[in-house]
Amino acid sequence: MTCLPQTTTRKLGLVIDLDTCVGCHACVISCKGWNTENYGAALSDIDAYGAQPAGTFLNRVHSYEVEPANGCATQTVHFPKSCLHCEDAPCVTVCPTGASYKRAEDGIVLVNEDACIGCGLCAWACPYGARELDAVAGVMKKCTLCVDRIYNENLPEEDRVPACVRTCPSGARHFGDLGDPSSAVSQLVESRGGFDLMPELGTKPTNKYLPPRPKDRLQGVASEPAAGPSATGFFAWLDRALEKI
Amino acid sequence: MHPAPSVIVFTVLSGAGFGYLAFLGLGLSTGTGAIAFWQFALGFGMAVAGLVSSTFHLGNPQRALLAFTQWRTSWLSREAWASCSALLVMAGFAVAAIFFGRILNVVGVLGASLCLATVVATSMIYAQMATVPRWNSPLTPGYFIACALTAGAILSAQNHLAVVCLIGLALIQTVCWQRGDRRFTERGHSIASATGLGSKGRTRLFEAPHTGTNYLLKEFGFHVARRHAAKLRVIGMALLCVLPALILSSASGGMAVALAFVIHLAGAFVSRWLFFAEAEHVVQLYYGHQPQGATG
Repeated sequence: MTCLPQTTTRKLGLVIDLDTCVGCHACVISCKGWNTENYGAALSDIDAYGAQPAGTFLNRVHSYEVEPANGCATQTVHFPKSCLHCEDAPCVTVCPTGASYKRAEDGIVLVNEDACIGCGLCAWACPYGARELDAVAGVMKKCTLCVDRIYNENLPEEDRVPACVRTCPSGARHFGDLGDPSSAVSQLVESRGGFDLMPELGTKPTNKYLPPRPKDRLQGVASEPAAGPSATGFFAWLDRALEKI
Repeated sequence: MHPAPSVIVFTVLSGAGFGYLAFLGLGLSTGTGAIAFWQFALGFGMAVAGLVSSTFHLGNPQRALLAFTQWRTSWLSREAWASCSALLVMAGFAVAAIFFGRILNVVGVLGASLCLATVVATSMIYAQMATVPRWNSPLTPGYFIACALTAGAILSAQNHLAVVCLIGLALIQTVCWQRGDRRFTERGHSIASATGLGSKGRTRLFEAPHTGTNYLLKEFGFHVARRHAAKLRVIGMALLCVLPALILSSASGGMAVALAFVIHLAGAFVSRWLFFAEAEHVVQLYYGHQPQGATG
């Protein structure tokens, strides 16, 4: 059913710390691994060992360079991006078959692959590039928030988080209920000033991004290397003598 | 946006077909018997060929019937309903005209309304996309309706009406191009709002997430040279409106109508190619692409 739920009981999502992410792409690989071996059609690769490899991924890490206006050092910001599980998800309402839906219980946006005709409209409607049509299966693939891990009682409790969160070596990814103001993720967003991507489109994303902290500026370092103290006495003579050789 | 041939063929042919069927339904130059047979064959032929072509870009077309289920929210689903009911009602109208020599006015007007509703639904699939600022405007349904009515008027040999439609279409097309060129920037989308890093300083792409291509770049990353687009706009406008208007205002008869329609249809293909090729999707901002006419 492609009508969006009025409200969802919980708002499960991710908080991504742009200050901490080191751009190692481990989340990209673990996501591809888990989601190829488990829920739904495999994430295919085309020409994987050839000259022009391409493939389906649910999570990708862009890297940006930010040049502050005040002359502070330029920062490199690694920027992981996957489905933001928007409250007002435009990808859901455009779906003609009802394959795309948003769950009322936890707010996760999913695709029922058995009903997907692969028209691609949901990918057109998504501003974030979170959906990719799989070239082999012909169905739309997207982040499931690892719905087959987070409720999976066959897994040890510490593994019941999305694969990207579990694997992140720098602790830049956090998972939780963003609808509960007392949850750890909500507190984190509150204290660090978490923000939405492209808020002007009114999609109301659940996932939040934490801004990179400004870089320190080294004090007392001049831009030109300073001339060393000039030598006197014996060393001055030695200096001159060595110059002449 | 990638200008997929199947979608261009679909929107051009089904638009013209439903436009002509609408005119036939209104009884403008609708014949009876054998004449009606060939008229309806042309209208139905274009409409159905377009609809069939639209299924070629689907990943799993065998499930296409499911597309009738979500009419409450989805314009694609509404288009499925509108097109099928338009074709059914017009089929009844056509049978009466061809085999019984009767023009059923009420059925015809209903059929014509459904034909135009189909064109509106098709256009809304594009107009609803907030992610493609060039399309996300009431001008998009205006442009699609104008194309359909113009094709219908030309084929109905209503030469005076056709010339009026051609002038109207030329105006709408010009406004679409002029407003469309500015729309992305006017809406305020930028790499700063896309990444949320704008308040930290000037943001640019340092490294793309992948060295190869992907679905997003193939589907949305189509870059057409502006120089190329400017030439195509001139060619498109000449074929779409100027030449057909000159032919129809200086000559009459079957040959003039046929020639004007073929030239107009060729112009519609050029115009529709530009409609897709020039449309820019906001996701390109994440890949460091500067939209047309944007600064900073």
